Amino acid sequence: MPVDPSLVGREFPAPAPLTVTPERVSAFAAAVGHPGDAGSAVPPTFPIVLAFDAMQAFLDAEQIDLHRIVHGEQRFAYVRPLVPGDELTATLTVTGLRQIGGADIIATSSEIADATGAVVCTGRATLVHSAGGAA
Amino acid sequence: MNPGDSLSTKTFTITRADLVAYAEASGDHNPIHQDEDVARSVGLPGVIAHGMYTLALVGRAVAEWTDGAEVVDLGAKFTSPVVVPAEGGADVVVAGTVKSVADGLVTLALEVTCGGQKVLGMPKAVVREATIRA
Repeated sequence: MPVDPSLVGREFPAPAPLTVTPERVSAFAAAVGHPGDAGSAVPPTFPIVLAFDAMQAFLDAEQIDLHRIVHGEQRFAYVRPLVPGDELTATLTVTGLRQIGGADIIATSSEIADATGAVVCTGRATLVHSAGGAA
Repeated sequence: MNPGDSLSTKTFTITRADLVAYAEASGDHNPIHQDEDVARSVGLPGVIAHGMYTLALVGRAVAEWTDGAEVVDLGAKFTSPVVVPAEGGADVVVAGTVKSVADGLVTLALEVTCGGQKVLGMPKAVVREATIRA
């Protein structure tokens, strides 16, 4: 079933803030082999953890199965590097929706902010949703 | 770093165990990154790496090239899946050159391939020049 076109412009916050702890950074850095001291070097793609929570909130609200989603594009623009101790929140906005060959191409933008409300990073993602059925 | 400089090409191997560790660390438990049957059921050739895993490898290459410079922009299109076999792994090759240096920012031109095929479209990384320690 195609995704509801009235979604464009709607916001979906991540359900809970996330604290950038050395343990989380270290597990993430170890999984991808990122160099440096986990006490200070936060991998630049780490904010996906928050962006993913916001995306999951969006998928849950729309009853879209995660396994029917393929990540088409991701771009981050950083205001400042993340540092351990940051408490982050994320809000995803659906910015566009179109259909190509039976798939929904969902454009999103997620603002990631620190505890003061200042935006530290914006993530723009394209999600490709295959509605399935005959497959 | 000066425009036109070539950076040392990096080759990173992704294994199924890496994808399990990444799923835990990132919270992305999409079964297309773990389960062959689910991946095939949605038309994929097999278990594929998270696009974000491949992008994280670009972040890793940038960190190695610049000794952890501040990243200002990072992104790509995930144009071709990186299929990760159950045995062994998939080798991802990250090649880079310095595209431009302007206003205190260094923009890198990147080519990211697996098995000779480009897996990222329009990959881009920009770092703050003053923070490059390499």
